[in-house]
Amino acid sequence: MLYFSKLRILFITIFSVLFILIASSNLFKFDDSFFDKKINLGLDLQGGSYLLLEIDNEPVIEQKLQNLTTTIRNYFKEKNIKINNIKIENQNIFFNVIDNDKQAVLDVFQDENSDLNPYYPRFKSHQLEIEDTGLNIKVNFSKQGLIKLKTSSQDQAIEIVRRRVDEVGTNEPNILKRGNNRILVELPGLDDPMRIKSLLGKTANLTFRFVTNDENDRFGVENLKFENSLEEATVSKRIIISGENLLDAQPKMDTQNNQTIVSFTLDRVGAKRFGKATSTGIGKKLAIVLDGKIISAPVVRDTIASGSGQISGGFTFQSATDLALLLRSGALPAPLEIIEERTVGPDLGQDSINAGMIALAIGFMLVIIFMFVKYKFFGLITNVTLIVNLFILLGVLTLFEATLTLPGIAGIILTVGMAVDANVLIFERIKEELKDETNNILAFDGGYTKSRTAILDANITTLLAAIILFFMGSGPVKGFAVTLGVGIFTTLFSVYFIARLFTSIYVARNKDKEKLI
Amino acid sequence: MIAFNKYYNHFNLLSSILIVVSLLLLIFKGLNFGIDFKGGTLIELRASDTKINVSSLRDRFNQMDLGDVSVKKFGNDTDFLVKFENKDNKKNIIEEIKASLDKSFGNNYDFRRVENVGPKVSAELLKSGVIAISLSLALMLIYIWIRFEWQFSLGAILALFHDVIVTLGVFSLFSLEINLSIIAAVLTIVGYSMNDTVVIFDRVRENLRKYSDIKIFELTNISINETLSRTIITSATTLLALLAIYLFGGEILKGFSLAMILGVIFGTYSSIYIANTVLVRLRVSQKTVLREDDQK
Repeated sequence: MLYFSKLRILFITIFSVLFILIASSNLFKFDDSFFDKKINLGLDLQGGSYLLLEIDNEPVIEQKLQNLTTTIRNYFKEKNIKINNIKIENQNIFFNVIDNDKQAVLDVFQDENSDLNPYYPRFKSHQLEIEDTGLNIKVNFSKQGLIKLKTSSQDQAIEIVRRRVDEVGTNEPNILKRGNNRILVELPGLDDPMRIKSLLGKTANLTFRFVTNDENDRFGVENLKFENSLEEATVSKRIIISGENLLDAQPKMDTQNNQTIVSFTLDRVGAKRFGKATSTGIGKKLAIVLDGKIISAPVVRDTIASGSGQISGGFTFQSATDLALLLRSGALPAPLEIIEERTVGPDLGQDSINAGMIALAIGFMLVIIFMFVKYKFFGLITNVTLIVNLFILLGVLTLFEATLTLPGIAGIILTVGMAVDANVLIFERIKEELKDETNNILAFDGGYTKSRTAILDANITTLLAAIILFFMGSGPVKGFAVTLGVGIFTTLFSVYFIARLFTSIYVARNKDKEKLI
Repeated sequence: MIAFNKYYNHFNLLSSILIVVSLLLLIFKGLNFGIDFKGGTLIELRASDTKINVSSLRDRFNQMDLGDVSVKKFGNDTDFLVKFENKDNKKNIIEEIKASLDKSFGNNYDFRRVENVGPKVSAELLKSGVIAISLSLALMLIYIWIRFEWQFSLGAILALFHDVIVTLGVFSLFSLEINLSIIAAVLTIVGYSMNDTVVIFDRVRENLRKYSDIKIFELTNISINETLSRTIITSATTLLALLAIYLFGGEILKGFSLAMILGVIFGTYSSIYIANTVLVRLRVSQKTVLREDDQK
């Protein structure tokens, strides 16, 4: 256990020096093209906002089912099958057909090549499930169908969230999927997430619809409230144009009456429809509806064929800017709810870094003094090992660009405290060996060999705990698991290579001395 | 040599009492769950005006109809921690609070930290915390089962349960807050306690093979003494490091480091007085290890 070949010594030296260099790259700026990796600071240390959003898929499911009723009716109409009493209840579609048609309907839904009910061969499942309840026929989304629907609305939502966050221009945002109905947004350096929260909280579903007095409008009507007052208006459900038709939206100052407005440009389809609707609807009121609330309902005075227009509604410059941003980034497929928020101000982050560093320095000093007092020369070896260990640990974290959190710093300090364990186990064992063994080299060798299983056991147990923490923990706690886990490997390396190397050199030089340890 | 074995019975009794008391506390008093596990909102606030103190803040917050509000000093005289249920999970609650505080205190305060955990997330966090702790105990059990004979496994696991339960008992007794970092601490305690026990057990087994004529009662004492200086040194350095975190690591790490300090103390104690006494009570002998060796 005490023999080191020259090659191995070289390897250990290079390895240690390399990691010390890597670790110090966090302190000194190297040329970026040469080495640009750095330990990332977690949101709790650099300040910033962590938002967990949940997509409310209920409206999407409702909407899809609503569309599906129309599709089903039309589909079977072509096949001369009459669908009766079609209705939606608790996310199920119910309808009746005459008994002679029943089998044909069931067959269509169960056909793997059906275009009405897509089949996913990979999951051996259709999008929809059909069941003959005897009373009527029940259609609902299958498990896979729901999963597909959720992931697709998540895909859309994350795209929109990304656009909105990017438009606000925050520093390196981190936007990730969580499960199939959640989105995680990390905004480093953001002190006050209020604006982003309010932007993400809006679906931004924009529609232009005529205000009508005709209760029997072919498309149905609904009563909607105005955004800025308690007034209501009856609005047709027919959508003239929607947010999808917008090419651009910008906040502007209307010089005529000194109002802030949002001007927009429509795509070709939108422009055509808008032109047609404004030419037939002169004198009518056109309601501009955002997320179920009327922003304004101006009277159409002229045909607007240019494909651009403006929205006024008593905006401040900020609210006009936000509305334009929302319109540009597009509507969310479903409402988002912020179910978890953690925001740390930058000065608290800095305080945490300072406190963590002071604790690390003091903890380190205490351990080093303790070890020196207890073991003298071998304490020195342990201490050098500890220092190198700390650098290798930081180096590994740098190399993987790991995220350092406040509990992560605690993990490093704890590693310092526990790292001496392996050395102590070895030294204590050597002391015992020296009681019966006069040959220093044999005693030291025996000490290393016989302490090995205990050291291995001890480290594996801690590693197991760290692994579980890593997979089960969230955010800052994960940072603790990382430093604790990586610390175990760097500790073993420094004990078995660095400390052992020093020890072997020392023992070889003093092999005839008594009471070596 | 210290005669640890003289006090086996005394300390077994003490531990039994500690465990029963802790369990009673956990059942009847319960744990003081933070917002991570209970849901709600937390605001860390720093004041630059002496008018702002616990009672004036409490008055202000109580007027806002936020449900159960707790206001505490946090570290020094200018920092406060405000927690409330946010029962209706109101969306713009932080803005409303800011507006309301502005009215009474002007601009003389600053929100340093805001955490808002919805009921769904807190339920999930609690569940995953419980799973994490159970899973780690199970993994330790499996590991020790592979490494040692069943008598040893039982001893180690009892010691582990003792450490976790008594640490949580102390948290319950003093109504210390349980949050995510405490779960991390408990898991680390599990690792540490196991580590400590395994080192002594390793020696017990080695000695069992070596001496056929020493009774387990004596043998455990020899093994404890042989590993004692290691136990003391490792516990001491770990405690020194933890003490540094507790005293200088800032308010946020206080609960975490306290749980760890308790865990290290209980862990060291339990590897001597619980893990080993289980071996004695199960009358482990040389045969126990030799039989296993034969099988391998």
